[in-house]
Amino acid sequence: MTAAAVSTTARPTSEPPPADGLPGTRLLEAYRTMALARALDERCLSLQRQGRIGFYAPHAGQEATLVGSALALEADDWIFPAYRELAVALVRGVPLQTVVDQLFGNGADLCKGRQMPNHFAFRDQHFVSASSPIGTQITQAVGAGMAARYRRSPTATITYFGDGATSSNDFHAGMNFAGVYRAPTIFLCQNNEWAISLPRERQTMSATLAMKAEAYGFPGVVVDGNDLRAVYGAVRSARARAVAGDGPTLIEAQVYRFGPHSSSDDPRRYRSDAEVEAARQRDPIQRLKPELVAAGLLDDATDAKLWDDAKASIAAAVRQAESTAPVDPRSMFEDVFARPTSRLEEERAGALGASARPVEGS
Amino acid sequence: MSELTLVQAVNRGLHEAMRSDPDVVVLGEDVGVNGGVFRATEGLLKEFGADRVLDTPLSETGIVGSAIGMALYGLKPVAEIQFLDFVYPAFDQIVSELAKMRYRSGGQFPCHVVVRSPYGGGIKGGLYHSQSTEAYFCHTAGLKVVVPSTPADAKGLLLSAIADDDPVIFLEPKRIYRSVTGEVPDGDHRVPIGEARTVRDGSDVSIFAYGAMVPPTMEAAATLEGEGISAEVVDLRSLVPLDEPAVLASATRTGRAVVVHEAARFCGFGAELAALLAEKAFYALKAPIARVTGYDTPFPYALENLYLPGAERIASAAREAVRAS
Repeated sequence: MTAAAVSTTARPTSEPPPADGLPGTRLLEAYRTMALARALDERCLSLQRQGRIGFYAPHAGQEATLVGSALALEADDWIFPAYRELAVALVRGVPLQTVVDQLFGNGADLCKGRQMPNHFAFRDQHFVSASSPIGTQITQAVGAGMAARYRRSPTATITYFGDGATSSNDFHAGMNFAGVYRAPTIFLCQNNEWAISLPRERQTMSATLAMKAEAYGFPGVVVDGNDLRAVYGAVRSARARAVAGDGPTLIEAQVYRFGPHSSSDDPRRYRSDAEVEAARQRDPIQRLKPELVAAGLLDDATDAKLWDDAKASIAAAVRQAESTAPVDPRSMFEDVFARPTSRLEEERAGALGASARPVEGS
Repeated sequence: MSELTLVQAVNRGLHEAMRSDPDVVVLGEDVGVNGGVFRATEGLLKEFGADRVLDTPLSETGIVGSAIGMALYGLKPVAEIQFLDFVYPAFDQIVSELAKMRYRSGGQFPCHVVVRSPYGGGIKGGLYHSQSTEAYFCHTAGLKVVVPSTPADAKGLLLSAIADDDPVIFLEPKRIYRSVTGEVPDGDHRVPIGEARTVRDGSDVSIFAYGAMVPPTMEAAATLEGEGISAEVVDLRSLVPLDEPAVLASATRTGRAVVVHEAARFCGFGAELAALLAEKAFYALKAPIARVTGYDTPFPYALENLYLPGAERIASAAREAVRAS
């Protein structure tokens, strides 16, 4: 974890190199995952409105960035997400049911019903626990990258965050540490134009978000986040740089959040329907489809079936999630520490109606 | 056994932890080449190299945030915050992330980081090199908080903290870094987290203290002895988890309790201790619980000796408790 011995001059912000190796079969799989993620998004907003889940943070419009970046990673790479990275988990092989169980916070939720929907954690996929504070995962991703470098592992870490997070303490601290220690970390900024109600142009006076990397001594690139191949290529290059010991990369993926910030947000208060409609013309899923059709991998009939299958699998997962037993009340006191303290045991006994400990017992 | 100061014992503990486990790394401001502003990390860079002893950029959130990432990946980072007064840029990382990582992931992502930091007044440090704000951390579920007052405990608690499965806030009483010396066992000497230590037995009043407040409390106990008052002194050592049985047993035996800390009184750790005694030892008490603490002002520079509890204030509170019944 020695600091970079020789300072490198930052390369100017530039377009990423073309994508390498995304064969047709993977492209179709990517499309299928994007469709599943989109369908799940729509279903979840409706489940929230019906009061069946407590909250939801949609990602519609960002699927190419999510899926393209995740496809560019290797199994040993570590992911430090924000809360719009559900599709990344799907690409990593997290079963749909496992994702849906978290949204319901039921007894099968790997997080034991402890967090709001979208705040996932999937240990087996190196998908680190998400939290709500903005940007806190960024310094953590850098630390994990530094640790991988210390262990001489050919591992990269990637952290996802939005345009708003580029104003956070941890963005700047993390970028700075990554530059100094040449961490194998990919900073993937999903610039979706809106940090709740604040537009990108009022978040920072920087012409691009990517250019902020220059100040920290490493490359920043802008990529069309609606272009799956472009995102894949940019992350692939950044990953190659990372594991070669050449240090971090900031990628600004330019996307648009079609929906509200969350199920609690009404975007009509701060942006026009016309703006959203214009962005929808650049829908990343609709953009990929013609390519698949031209390659003979998809036609209207198979496309319709693909969407029907996605909806059917979601419906089945929701049914199962709703019929799964709720979280065991006893579990509220677990995982605060590795082993519950006697105080927590006492509180647990009190909360669950058992007699509390005697005055001088322990 | 070696005769060491408290800061030397911390240093010894770090050396031994790093020798026995290559996953232990140390990071913080000026911890490498400079050996730490208090010399707590002196010699580590030379022995273990810059891969394991990281002079970091000046960012507390960077220090703790990156330490969390290292811990998630499998290392055992020991992060230094140069003064506890400067921890606040890392407060979000400690309170929102470190404390909750295991819980919020349903146990999937345990996150063990030791955050070491010198705390407390009495060194002419003014507002921003003197504060004792352990209560913030004690109030947050998921953090263990320990405060040694002797060299042996400093090394023993530090080695336990580094070996622990949970995040530990390790607070070092900088006022007595060098003024206290003592025998420190060599080798893998550990003091269990969660166990108080009875420094002195007594029968008339129990005085509970920790960190830099233990020496003036002992001085007060000696004064009281000359007046025929037998004071028991309990060094809490671990604030979270608190050794409730030890606290309750002592207060129940003597029937009188005085709580000492240098932090501000309102919502200070003493309030929790007083509440505990009121809830669980009320019928054994013969006098109101007394608190001897810092005042509810910011930490003053010129008047720090008026602010900080000293032996006379502690003795006076104990006398009053004994006179009460």
